[in-house]
This record gives sequence, structure tokens and C-alpha cells, in this order.
Amino acid sequence: MSMEIEAIKDPGLPAHVHRAADTDPKAAKKAERQVAILFLLSALGTILLISTFFFISEDTFIYLPVLGNTNAYQLFLGLGLAASLFFIGMGAIQWARTLMPDEEVVAERHEFRSPDEDRADFVATVKDRAGQAGLGRRSLIKRSLGLSLGLVGISPLLLLRDLGPLPKDDLTKTSWKAGTRLVTDPGDRPIRPEDLEVGAVAQTLPELASGEKRTLNNIGKDAVLLIRLRPEEFNLDAERLSWTHEGIIAFSKICSHMGCAVALYEQQTKHLLCPCHQSTFDVTRAAKVIFGPAARPLPQLAITIDADGYLVAKAPFTEPVGPSFWERSS
Amino acid sequence: MTARERIAGNVASYVDDRTGAAKWMKKNLTKVFPDHWSFMLGEIALYSFIILLLSGTFLTFWFDPSQREVVYEGGYAPLEGLKMSAAYASTLHISFEVRGGLLMRQIHHWAALIFMAAIVVHLLRVYFTGAFRKPREFNWIIGVGLLTLGIVEGFLGYSLPDDLLSGTGIRIAEAIIQALPLVGSYLAFFAFGGAFPGESFIPRIYTVHVLLLPGIFLALITVHLMLVWYQKHTQYPGPGRTEKNVVGYPLMPVYMAKAGGFFFIVFGITAFLGAVASINPIWLYGPYTPGQISAGSQPDWYMGWLDGLVRMSPPLETHAFGHTISWNILIPGLIVPGILFTGMALYPFIESWVTGDKREHHLLDRPRNAPNRTALGVMSLTFMIVALLNGGNDIIATNFHLTINQIMWFSRIAIFVLPPIAFIVTKRLCLSLQRADRDLVLHGRETGRLLRMPSGEFVEVHEPISPEKAWLLTQHEQNPPLALEEVDSRGVRRPGVIKNKIRARISKANAEAVPKVSVEDLKEIEHH
Amino acid sequence: MKRLSRFRRHKAAGPLLLLFALFTIGTTFQIADATTTPALTAEARTAAIEEGKQLFLKGCSSCHGLNAEGGAIAPSLVGVGAASVDFQVGTGRMPMADMSTQAMRKKPVYNEEQVQALALYVASLAPGPEIPEAATLNYERDGSAAEGGELFRTNCAMCHNFAAQGGALTQGKYAPTLMGVEAKHIYEAMITGPQSMPVFSDKTITPQEKLSIIKWIKAAEAEPQLGGASLGRVGPVTEGLLVWTLGLGLLIGVAVWLATKAR
Repeated sequence: MSMEIEAIKDPGLPAHVHRAADTDPKAAKKAERQVAILFLLSALGTILLISTFFFISEDTFIYLPVLGNTNAYQLFLGLGLAASLFFIGMGAIQWARTLMPDEEVVAERHEFRSPDEDRADFVATVKDRAGQAGLGRRSLIKRSLGLSLGLVGISPLLLLRDLGPLPKDDLTKTSWKAGTRLVTDPGDRPIRPEDLEVGAVAQTLPELASGEKRTLNNIGKDAVLLIRLRPEEFNLDAERLSWTHEGIIAFSKICSHMGCAVALYEQQTKHLLCPCHQSTFDVTRAAKVIFGPAARPLPQLAITIDADGYLVAKAPFTEPVGPSFWERSS
Repeated sequence: MTARERIAGNVASYVDDRTGAAKWMKKNLTKVFPDHWSFMLGEIALYSFIILLLSGTFLTFWFDPSQREVVYEGGYAPLEGLKMSAAYASTLHISFEVRGGLLMRQIHHWAALIFMAAIVVHLLRVYFTGAFRKPREFNWIIGVGLLTLGIVEGFLGYSLPDDLLSGTGIRIAEAIIQALPLVGSYLAFFAFGGAFPGESFIPRIYTVHVLLLPGIFLALITVHLMLVWYQKHTQYPGPGRTEKNVVGYPLMPVYMAKAGGFFFIVFGITAFLGAVASINPIWLYGPYTPGQISAGSQPDWYMGWLDGLVRMSPPLETHAFGHTISWNILIPGLIVPGILFTGMALYPFIESWVTGDKREHHLLDRPRNAPNRTALGVMSLTFMIVALLNGGNDIIATNFHLTINQIMWFSRIAIFVLPPIAFIVTKRLCLSLQRADRDLVLHGRETGRLLRMPSGEFVEVHEPISPEKAWLLTQHEQNPPLALEEVDSRGVRRPGVIKNKIRARISKANAEAVPKVSVEDLKEIEHH
Repeated sequence: MKRLSRFRRHKAAGPLLLLFALFTIGTTFQIADATTTPALTAEARTAAIEEGKQLFLKGCSSCHGLNAEGGAIAPSLVGVGAASVDFQVGTGRMPMADMSTQAMRKKPVYNEEQVQALALYVASLAPGPEIPEAATLNYERDGSAAEGGELFRTNCAMCHNFAAQGGALTQGKYAPTLMGVEAKHIYEAMITGPQSMPVFSDKTITPQEKLSIIKWIKAAEAEPQLGGASLGRVGPVTEGLLVWTLGLGLLIGVAVWLATKAR
């Protein structure tokens, strides 16, 4: 064979190709004009913004395809701002692309590792200085420093103590007591069993004593969902059945998984669904979890009626409502 | 010399007289930046951050971070007279009464979504091209830190308006804190100043959102950029590009104009989105109260995968000795994300442990030439996408006539099955692409022209590829797997045999490749 | 500044508002038309019941039984009331075409008069919720949008979504969107609890409160785009989708252009 076969080699940077604007003054002039037009478009954008600000009333609406009936003030203010910014950028980049030098430049890299000599010096210095501090020899200093550093971290933790109170029984207790009336949310009206047809639901809260104020903290624990079924549809043990009243069953609305309001009741299947993570609870079986990530049924509230015939809690919740926590015992 | 140039020169000497920066400036103004669109992804994130600082400052002028109860008396009729927090009322005020307020709110929120999306695509670019390798491991870790903080910062941001959706998000965050063993309920009470929702949380996260985290961001971004500057940018392989050089355009003026211009582009496009597309219409959600909920309550997209994991979790809880551990919250909400993000942060070290490669790398890999890494990336991405889809399962169900139960079961199975399949398929695909590269170098490009041989046989004419292309397809290294002997030269078993065995096996799998074209191959083909 | 409370009255509100007005007028006529029936004479009433019975035997009895007593695949209609029939048949949900998941809204099979006849027939079997009269459905006058919004978010948003756009239930069932639903039908749904929907009793949500809910829904429906394209009003999912498609698409598009060499 006459021809020598060689390994494939790096052919090096390809030859530079000139742009039209580099060689042709006409093209350069055209590029210049393009850049100028882009900058002018930006100026027009600002003018659009200014005129929108002063001349378009804030309650002007225009109909546009795709968007629909849109607030013109917000739209043109935004479009003006967008154009004023966008076209400055386009102009600058077009300028750089067409008129600024585009010869590729090669720069050498340096290795980050220092020359061996410097490095040895550096390492020696560190060793030497560390030795001078004598941390290794003076174990008393080392240990006491370790102790104080370990302890100093406690102070910020301690000083943050007043961020909040201790939980105490706050997570386990709700406002429900034996005899607390269930009232509608919103509206605060007491409910009689006959107010609810079969298949009806009602969002309820505990009735407030006069002068009491309901906070979001209360709602976050007290919200209860009332559902009326036909009594024969229940599939409950005797105790839980006794917690219902004429087919009306009450559950905490605060999800036992992560605390969202579980109020999505499907009348036909008798299922409750939490829209956050799709835990599904079977109302007929005391809100047993039948799908999704929740691990516990929704706590059931025992209900009965008072002397005036209004629905009341028979007893407080027998377990904490809402998501799990470490101290929860079941 | 024109008058302009003279002025520029005078400015330069004026600065040097006072700072002595001439040498440094000279070096850096001519600093070379390689030009490639994928190198702009990190810049999108950087510029979004600046947009967030600007638009966020605007919003703070009117936002009242307080959970004090007020009665709404603003201009939006469907909320007239309702009780709400001052935070929500002031956000309504910004949206309806402050001129340009709604635009700025929307720009701020869109910029946050773009910020996170840009971080993710930037991370993918860095990962798939191997740009995280020595000496850039620190920057990789900083990047993972920025991503993590970005998720937190975004969550806090959309929690501030105290509307029904954001309150639901906070409710879920509280449940996660509360689920921590031992300290959960205490931490939750300290964070919320008592029971959920309390009146302290929004003022507290406001300080974190506008001061603490942006400060940390600024510091980390500064270090991130300084390292890029100092270590010089990586570059894609190609003719004339080596590990020892960097080919591109000088900072002044080309890169300054392009990068500076690109800032305006990013701002302009964000403003465009803010103008034409509604985001987080808080007036429709209504004020937060724990007794209300909306169908399809979702977090913003960068939290969606977490929500998806929580949704698909099985109902596991342990009740023992009077205590409860909620695995259904801890595993998807903390343990799995913890493992994923730790693994991601440590990946550069894991890869270098597997390959035994301790050298510097400035030339990027073509993803196909690192099949294992690419496959691992696609596998992780598949995991995330399955989780993300499940996070929107209710919206998907209603739009595509599926059931949430089907999607949930699909996700529960797919989260285990699809990622390994993605790994295998991607690896095979990479190896096939390597084979295609090899064929291209050996046999040239198919021209589509048919030639009839004297024997009557038809053959397609192949055209040799250009030397530049041939170099691109063969410039990469193909290193053999680590040789880890079980016994040393004196016949004594080395310590850590099992560890070494595992390492050798992974290393072997990692080194699997279609041999690139060698001199021998070329000689052989010449003989035919 | 109360500009937003005035937006519906603004003359520049555009063709959509006009359409909406036409729609409302049409709806009102329909309601007025529909609810004149109770004023029928006893004779006409008997005739209508008879007509309803014939329609029922032809179109409904195969599933619901010859005397509406129900069957294996369909519930009894005894006691469901005229409101239930008017909702189910008037919105085209009944007769059901596809038995798989739930009755879907579609073009009604029967005309206004036939629906009335069917309703009268079913109501004649046993008393049940009646069709609300047009005069009682003046939600613009009797309702309060803000109160309605609060009630909606407590009682309806968990299924129908915060902006009444609908949402997913279990096993492929769904709560439909309330956009474009007649006030009468919304009211009937609340008092009868069709399909998966529970009943909302007049004692727990008073008739006046129901009108407030309707007023809020209609306000949400008529609300123009205050901040640009609504993206379906389904929350952050579509927002995320837009960022990953249009947002990043535009940005990367410019980045590609920026890095290409000019000719």
C-alpha cells in the first residue's frame, strides 16, 4: 500500500467565514438600519405604555380572540412594557451579531492545580501554622473549645423559644362539648334533623356562646360535615350507630391525612373524597379509608338532639381531629 | 481615533488611576465566552432572579404581611364586605387599585415559574453534557442548593397572599412539619406561633421570603458566577476546541451586548406573559379559611412532583407505644425528596468514584458518549415526570376522560417500572447512536444515489464525511473500566473486597461503549 | 375606586357582554315560559299528566319501570319531584345515552312542553321538590354576590372548583362546569341533588342564600379577563404548562437565534 493510513486528527478551527456586513457596505448599512428599527420599536413600546397610562381608562374592556373580553389597561400597559424591553434586547443582540467583530477568539486555559513547588509550600505552611496553634498538643484547649462550640448552638435555639407556645392539648381538643349545637357554616343557624332530606349534607360549626368570637384556628379543628342517609344504609357497629341520629352522621371535615377540608360528598356512592390528595372515605362504614394516602378514618362526632329538637354533639370528639402527629396515641 | 474612542480611553485611565485595575480589567474585558444557545439557560435563571428582585420590591410597597382580620371595602364587588386577612386585602388592593399592580404581580409570579424552569433546564444541560466534572463540582453543589432554595422561596411566595389556594398549601406544609417524629408538633407550634393557622405565619415567612432567602440567593449566585468566570466556561467538542483552550467571543463588546441584550429579552418576554396571561387570580380563590377547599387544589409546578408523590403514597401509619409515625407523609414528603436531592448533589463524586477519573474536564461530553450517565438522567427525569403527572391527576382526569383512580394506580406502578425501563432504553439508544457514529466515520454519509453494478446489483453511493465531522465523532475518550484486583501483588486480599467488587461492576457497566473508529479500523476498510 | 364593580355596566364591555345579555334574556324567557304551567287549569293539567305518562312509558319506563318504581339499573322516581325531572330532562341528562359513568349534559331530547308534561306526571305520583317559579329566581335583585361566594366556597367549590369550572370525582365521575347553566337548573340541582351531588336543604342553605350562590356564579361567569387569558381557571397546572411551552419556548427560541452566526 502506498497511502499511509493515519488516525483521525483535529483539523483545527475552520476558516473564518465573513458575514455579508463585513464585506459589503450595503449589507452593513442594512444591518445598521435593522438595529435602529428594533431600538425604535422599543421606543414605541414605551410610548404605548405612557399613552395607556394616561389615556386608557382602567375599566376599559376589549374583545380579543383567544383572550376573550380583556381589560385593555392591563393588557396594553403590559404589552408596552414588554415591547420596550424586548426590542432593546433584540436591537443589542442584532447589533452584536451583524456588526460587532465575529472572529472567534481562542484563549488558553490554565490548570487550576498550582505548580508542585507552590503547592508543597502551601501544604507545608498550613501544616506548620496548624502546628503552631498547637491544637493537636493542647488537648485541654481542644476539648474546651469543642464544648463551648457545641454549647453556643443552644443559645439561638433557646432564644427562639417564644416563637410559639407548647402544643399542650391544643392538637387533641376541639370546641365540641356534650350539648354543643351544630350550626350552619356560614349563617350560624341551628339545624333540626327534619331540615335535612335524605342525601343532604350540611357544613357545620359549633354554636358560639354570646360574646364569643370564632377564629380560623377554631374552624381549623371544629369544622364538621353532616350527612343524611337512610338508616338502613349504615354498616356500623352498635356504638358508632348510636352516634348517629335518624340516619344523620357527623364527621370532622379536617382530613386525617394532611388537614384539607374533606367535603366532597358523592351522594350515590356515599363516598367522601379529599380534593387535595384524593383519599376516599366510605361514609357508611364510619369514613373508613377505601382509597388514597390517608391512613385513618375521619373522626366521627356523636350527635343527638336537645330539648328544642336541634342537633347537638352528644360528646366531644373521642380522638384528635386532623393530621397525625407524634404524640397521637392511635 | 474618533472623539468617542478618546473619551472611552480617558474613562479607562481615570478608573485605573483610582483603582489600579488596568491589568485585571484588560485581562477580563477580553475574556472569551463560547457561544451556544444552551449556555444561555443559566442566564435565563439569573435574569429572572433580577426581575424577581425588581418586581418583588414593587410589590412590597403595598403588601401588608399581616393576618389581622379586616373587612374588605375595595373595588371588587364579589368580595365586598367579607372578612379576610390584611395580607389578602392588600394583595387585592395591589391587583385592582394600584396602577400596574396586577401587571407587576403577574410578572413576579411568571418570573418565578420561569426562574425555576430555567434552573431545571440549565441543570439538565450541565448534567447531560458532564459539565459538573472536576473542577466544577462546587458549582454543581451550589446549583443544587439554589434549586432547593428556589422551591422553598417559590412556595413561600405564593403562600403570602393568604387566598384559599395558598392557605391550603400552608395547611399541607403544616401537616408535614407536624408529622416529624418526636419534635413535629413542637416545631409546628413554633413555626405558626401556636395552632394552625394562627396569625404569625405570614409575617414570618414574609421576612424569610423578602430578606433572608434573597440574601442567601444573592450570595450563592455571586459565588456561582465567580466560579464560572474564574474557571472559564466549558465548551462543546469540535475542530480546534481542546481541553486546553476556550473558543468564543470576547466579553467586550460582543458578549456584553449579547448577554446584556438577553436580559432585556427575558424581561420583555416575562412582561409579555404578565400582560396576556392571567396567573394566580387570587380574587377568584377567595380568602383562606380552613373549612373551605377547591377542587383541583395544586401547588405551582416545581412542587407538583412532591404533591404527586404524596398523592400516590400508600396509607401507611405506625401506631405504637402511644405514638404515631405517618409514613404516608414522611416517605413521599421528606425521605424520598431527601434521597433524590442528596444523590443529585453528590453525583459528581459518585461518578468520579466509579470511573476513577480525577482529571480536569473542560470539553463537554456528547450525551451518547456517556451512556450510563445519560440513562441515569433520563431515568430520574422519568421518575419526576410520573410524579408530576400524578400531581395533576384530577385536572388530567377531567380533561382526558380518565379516572383519578386509574391515574393513581398507573402512577403507583409506573413510578417503579418506568424509570428502569427508561434507563435501559436510553442506554441502548446511546449505544446505537455510537454505532451510527462509527458507521458514519467508516462508511461515510448515505447520499441516496443508487448505482448499478456490472453484476446487476444495486448499491447506494456513500460519500466520505468532512474531516471536521469525523473529528467530532471520534474526539471523545473511551476509557477502560477500573481494574480493581482482589489480591495485591503479594497475593494478599485487599481490604474492602465487597466495596471494590461493586465499584468494579459499576465501572464496567459504565465503560460499556461501541469502540470508536481506530487506525486499525481505517486500515481494514482500506483493504476491502 | 370601584372600577371593577362597574365593569358590567361599562359601555365598552364589548360583544361578549352583549352575547351574555342576549343569553340572559333568552334564559329569562325560557324560565318564564317554563313556570307558567302551575297556572294551568285542572283540565289542562290532567291532560298534561296524561301526555307525560305517555312520554314516560315510551322513553323512560324501560329503565325506570312502568310506574316509575325503579329497576335494576335506574332509581325509583316516586317522590323525586318535578324539579328533579325538569333538571334531568331539561338539561338533556335524561334519557341517558351512555350508562358508563354518569349522565352528561347534552342537547335535550324533549321540548319545553314535553319536559313539563313529564315533570307533572312524575310529580303526580308523589309530592317532591317543585320547579322554582321565575318570580322567585330573581337572583340579581335578591342575592348578594359576596355572600354567595362564601357559600359557594364552603359548599360547592370542593367539587365544582373555585371558579365553578368543574372538577374530578372518584372513578371517572365529575362535577360539571357551571358556566352557561341556567339559574333555574342550578337551583333545581341544589334542592334535588342529582346523581353524585348531595341535596342542599332550604333550612341549611335558605332560598335567598341559594340565589346568592347563583348570583355569584353568574358574576364569575360574566367576569371579563382582568389579567389576560384565563387559562381555564383551573389553578397552577395550566400556568405551569404555559411556562414550559410558550415561556421557555420563546426564551430558548431567542437564545438559539442569539447564538447563530449572522450571514
